[in-house]
Amino acid sequence: MSALRPLAVNDGPATGSLESKPDDGHALWLEAVRALALLAVDPGIGLRLAGRTGPVQRTALEHFNKMMPAGVPSRKMPAGTGEAALLGGLDLPASLAKKTPVLERGLIAAADGGILIAAMAERMTAEAAGLIGLALDRGCVSLERDGMSATIEARIGVLALDEGFEPDEAPPPALCERLGLWLSLDGADPRGVSNPIASAKAITAARRRLPGLRAGDAAIETLCQAAMAFGIVSLRAPHLAIRAALASAALAGRAQPDGSDVETAIRLVLLPRAVTLPEMPAEPQPDEADTPPETLDTPPSDDKPAETDASKTDADPQALETPDDVTLDAAAVRLPEDLLRALLARARPPLSRGAGCGRRGAFAARARRGRVVGTRPGDPRRERLDLIATLRAAAPWQPIHRARQAEFRAETQPEPQPHRLDIRAADLRVRRYKGKAETATIFAVDASGSAALARLAEAKGAVERILAECYVRRDRVALVAFRGTRADVLLTETKSLTRAKRSLAALPAGGGTPLASGILSALDLAKSAAREGRTPLITLLTDGRANIARNGAAGRPQATQDAHDAARAVRSANIAGLVIDLSQRPSPEARQVAEAMGARYLALPRADSAALAAAVATTPRGVAGQRTVP
Amino acid sequence: MTPDLSSLRDRVFSDGAKAGSLPVMRTAFPFAAIVGQDQMKLALSIAAVDPSVGGVLVFGDRGTGKSTAVRALAAVLPEIEAADCLYHCDPARPDEACETCRGKAKPRRARKSLMRPVPVVDLPLGATEDRIVGALDLERALSAGEKRFEPGLLAKAHRGFLYIDEINLLEDHLVDLLLDVAASGENVVEREGLSVRHPARFVLIGSGNPEEGELRPQLLDRFGLSVEVKTPEDLKTRITVIKRRDAFERDPTGFVAEFEAETAALRQQISAARQRLGDVEVSDESLEKAAQLSIRLGTDGLRGELTLMRAARALAALKGDAAVLWPHLAELAPLALSHRLRRDPLDEAGSTIRVARALGDLAAA
Repeated sequence: MSALRPLAVNDGPATGSLESKPDDGHALWLEAVRALALLAVDPGIGLRLAGRTGPVQRTALEHFNKMMPAGVPSRKMPAGTGEAALLGGLDLPASLAKKTPVLERGLIAAADGGILIAAMAERMTAEAAGLIGLALDRGCVSLERDGMSATIEARIGVLALDEGFEPDEAPPPALCERLGLWLSLDGADPRGVSNPIASAKAITAARRRLPGLRAGDAAIETLCQAAMAFGIVSLRAPHLAIRAALASAALAGRAQPDGSDVETAIRLVLLPRAVTLPEMPAEPQPDEADTPPETLDTPPSDDKPAETDASKTDADPQALETPDDVTLDAAAVRLPEDLLRALLARARPPLSRGAGCGRRGAFAARARRGRVVGTRPGDPRRERLDLIATLRAAAPWQPIHRARQAEFRAETQPEPQPHRLDIRAADLRVRRYKGKAETATIFAVDASGSAALARLAEAKGAVERILAECYVRRDRVALVAFRGTRADVLLTETKSLTRAKRSLAALPAGGGTPLASGILSALDLAKSAAREGRTPLITLLTDGRANIARNGAAGRPQATQDAHDAARAVRSANIAGLVIDLSQRPSPEARQVAEAMGARYLALPRADSAALAAAVATTPRGVAGQRTVP
Repeated sequence: MTPDLSSLRDRVFSDGAKAGSLPVMRTAFPFAAIVGQDQMKLALSIAAVDPSVGGVLVFGDRGTGKSTAVRALAAVLPEIEAADCLYHCDPARPDEACETCRGKAKPRRARKSLMRPVPVVDLPLGATEDRIVGALDLERALSAGEKRFEPGLLAKAHRGFLYIDEINLLEDHLVDLLLDVAASGENVVEREGLSVRHPARFVLIGSGNPEEGELRPQLLDRFGLSVEVKTPEDLKTRITVIKRRDAFERDPTGFVAEFEAETAALRQQISAARQRLGDVEVSDESLEKAAQLSIRLGTDGLRGELTLMRAARALAALKGDAAVLWPHLAELAPLALSHRLRRDPLDEAGSTIRVARALGDLAAA
């Protein structure tokens, strides 16, 4: 990994390398164009296109539109699109106005035979992803709404624009799983690249060829092998890879996918999902990892080694030949070695961020249940109708409507009609709920070498104990560990105890104490939990002896200052905290941090993790508990 | 009060198009073509033979064919005779909870009924409570001022299967509700001034990936059988899976036809097993064995034994055996008991191992 450009501690995923290497930018752009072309040939493969909105994404979409043959529907799905809009149903305002049921075609059905473009897919609710997933699986949507029941063809392809930026922002896993091509636009540079790939005409021709193509046994075998070598469990991935290879062959006018098509499929479908990348550095062992602060200028082992732009050309071949490549060998049987190397150099793991733990955005925060706290005008297709309030709102207007209608009727038809309740769309009222707040306990564990090493085992025991309590209470937990120069989010919020336990067990220790970074990471998680209507609690396990400042520099005074600033930020965010002192005997440092945080202080009792669990359970929670969700 | 399904054809989309040429039936991947995953197939077949076994819980990674298996189930189930009512009741045994059919048992000849496939209803993640239990028919309420109940997915699943993918991510109160209705066989709706009771007897099938969140422990043992599916580890099986899937997508009808003989055999087997079920003998000895097994494993309550007994009887019926014997119990014990063991939430050592050990002890004794 030494060939990689060292990353600054808080380096964003997209910065820095954008301008530096135009060639790589171009190569990435071509890769993106290729993926879009494959999607245009066979929309069913699906594409998850990461990267923020901006000129590059816009250019890519324009490009895609040009490639799509005329007449193929393409529908845009804005973030926060609800079930009614996706599935369709009764168009209530139109039905009320016309006094006859008018159906509204849902987005999914409208995109039949074409593409559904999901903007801000990282914000997509699990509900929406579930419905889209169902349509992708079955090729149709079942409309079971508003007294109607029908099955409507919906053979769609999905282009998900994943604008997730934080490591825990990702489209719902149910959707990602079903999208074949995964690609990031970060660092791609379309400037000055002539379009070498496909015109709409070429795409149309490829689409015509596609049904006649068949993947050979060798190609299928290679793709299955590669998927296994990359540790991809799901069988959907190799299947989608085959479709990608077929689309690539159709585009090139080949009768059968050849080696280059298989390579494309591996690169675009399998590699981004890889769980075991052979080039990944082994986790440092606790016993060898007690790094003194002087070695700070070695690049931190980032879990995103994929500032690919730098690594693609510069990657040291040595770095790829790690000894534990056993799993890889299986794939190497069929893949030429240089190809494999080139592929690995292009690995862009940022896409695997949060792949299994995507969280919904703030749109999901609207409570749909809980205590009713009032009503407001709204659309009963999206929320629960409050019938009484609707009638009450409509009541004063009845005489007016009636008089108007009488006037109107006098002109058109003479016979009087029976009295009927006249409800207009504006009268509709929906309920507001106050959701039951869930709790999210965020553990920030000091895994530094200094003092924690002595008691880290106990700390782990304590956390496990608290986890067991959380499991019973159905709390969510998240885990941040800080050591060396940085803080890592080991586990974004989850209800899965298995995962929490696993990442805790794998937690290595050693190095300096970047307390400030640790607190800030935990604060980020706590804030996002609060945004989603959960009540966060930060449990900080540390000895309080900070020696790495926020910027990663060594030095105790600055580090302490930073840690206290960070702690005060927690206090001003009004987030409840608990500081558990890990030092051999109660220390003033940890107590000071607790005071700055406005948190409870607790010295880690000797071998009594039950007391700790009790402490977490009784700590009062702040903020989100009182929030009323509209 | 019959549902007005045909009227949809005349209705107009707001964009002017007609909603014609409906309904579409998509071909499902044939059950017989699923490679491996024997335990899951076994659990589903048993639930098909004897729905009173209780639901089936399938836990495992994404992309291991859970959904495929459940959706394939409908094709191997014999068709049912349904009355012309909202809930497709069995005309031979009209349900007390059904307004239309109550007390209207008729001899076979006098019945106006139709044959329809067993419903296998997919509950998409994020379905709202209205959609599940049913709600006030808004259209009628607003346009005609009529208070009418619009049945939800529970009604649709009556006499069939209700499949919930990612049940572990479903809101807790919805899971409670589903299990409650599944256990009582009746859906009681009290909302928006409606007071409706209708039959809803279905087999609940839940699936999910434990890595993404676990099911509340209290809910685990309300499922009759539980299965853990794993992705096939050897390359050959994986390649076969992929090839079959590819062949299916290329030509669904042809692929289904290729497996039609096997599907028909399976259908025949299930239908025969259903008829035999009542005649399968359960000896005191096997009852005692089942009880011993439960005691040894320390499962709470009697539900475990009961399920094990019923499942074993269904298995014997499937195999054409006249009585429940030890091999039947041994084969099903992991499915019926492993999710009922009281467990230390931090203990990863599988409960399957504990069941296997207890089975070994008992077999030796």
